[in-house]
Amino acid sequence: MSSILNTGFDPEVQPPYLDTAYKSTILRAPSKPLIMPKKSLSDTTGPLFKDFNLGSLDHDLTKNAIKIAEPLGERIVVHGKVTNEKGQPIPHTLIEIWQANSAGRYVHKVDQHAAPIDPNFLGTGRCITDAEGNYKFYTIKPGAYPWGNHPNAWRPAHIHLSLFGNQISSRLITQMYFPNDPLFKYDPIFNAVPPKGRDLLVSTFDLNLTEPSFALGYRFNIVLRGHNATPFENQ
Amino acid sequence: MKEKIQLQTPSQTIGPYFAYGLTPEQYNYDFPSLVDGNMVKNVHGNEVITITGIVYDGHGNPIDDAMLELWQNDGEHKRFGRYGTGTDKNNAFTFTTIKPKPIDGNAPFINVILFMRGQLLHSYTRIYFSDEVALNATDETLRSIPEERRETVVAKKEGESYVFNIHMQGDKETVFFKL
Ligand SMILES: [Fe+2]
Repeated sequence: MSSILNTGFDPEVQPPYLDTAYKSTILRAPSKPLIMPKKSLSDTTGPLFKDFNLGSLDHDLTKNAIKIAEPLGERIVVHGKVTNEKGQPIPHTLIEIWQANSAGRYVHKVDQHAAPIDPNFLGTGRCITDAEGNYKFYTIKPGAYPWGNHPNAWRPAHIHLSLFGNQISSRLITQMYFPNDPLFKYDPIFNAVPPKGRDLLVSTFDLNLTEPSFALGYRFNIVLRGHNATPFENQ
Repeated sequence: MKEKIQLQTPSQTIGPYFAYGLTPEQYNYDFPSLVDGNMVKNVHGNEVITITGIVYDGHGNPIDDAMLELWQNDGEHKRFGRYGTGTDKNNAFTFTTIKPKPIDGNAPFINVILFMRGQLLHSYTRIYFSDEVALNATDETLRSIPEERRETVVAKKEGESYVFNIHMQGDKETVFFKL
């Protein structure tokens, strides 16, 4: 059997299902206690996407949807390391990315915010960590956008990230924010995370990662649930 | 070397606008999908099954911006699928797969990871099968669920498909698991 130890969701940093300030949780949060199943092989494994071939521009959102010209906005490069809770790197793991454009508009058909769509920017991409768990992608810094949760509600600028890790219990969908955003204190989604966890969602600006005359550099490290008794042993 | 315990990166909602990133082809966006609801691309024949259902909120209304991921691994075959509830007119999801084999005498099941706007954390459930009467009756996990809630995780065979509706809350609230 797997030697991966499952540590569960850490309530000191993870948000709850129900947070009434984020109104959509009220009818969508499970209300009954979760049940602990008897673990089976499928619980301790997960999809690894070893055979999936990334497109050559999948990791570059500034180029992967160009129709006629470069997308508008502030070009950025995001670097990070994906590890487990013991700091052991998670190599060759997939990261899926989606975000609004520099004006705060999503390409998604449901988004009706009256900000311009950028014909040269789709806002989605993917990358894979290297042998040391490091990843990198290029994009345009997303804009803040309004939403209907409460009067004058605005989401702080963020990039959505989706990761699998090595088993389904390490599955994570999160949002990466930018330093010192004045909207943090008004955002119920950010603040649904206990205070101890909030800084973990905020990337840091890094001049050493900044590419001269090209892109501002940010770092966002990601820690997935669980850890291996023996590093790299899986399935 | 002393290993430092790192804090988990907190979960955040998938939000309402995931479709062009995570299920682009299903929603007709110009980006190749990683996976879709067809988990049996190279398999044909009568062992292929269809699983379909609707996700309901606490008022009993269908949820049109949920995303489901199915994962199964019976030691022989690993299969993964993903489907959003925003393209079908009834907001149903549909997966095609093959029923996993039972392992160690436990009833066969498929893991479900469920995401939606309004969930800060995803939830986990399982799809068991109504035509596995004998194995379901002795399955340790199913027996640990209060009897009146057990059928919420059993997909019902109706004609050619299995129907598996998910209720987030209420009398029929689906059993969600702690993984
Ligand atoms: Fe968003």
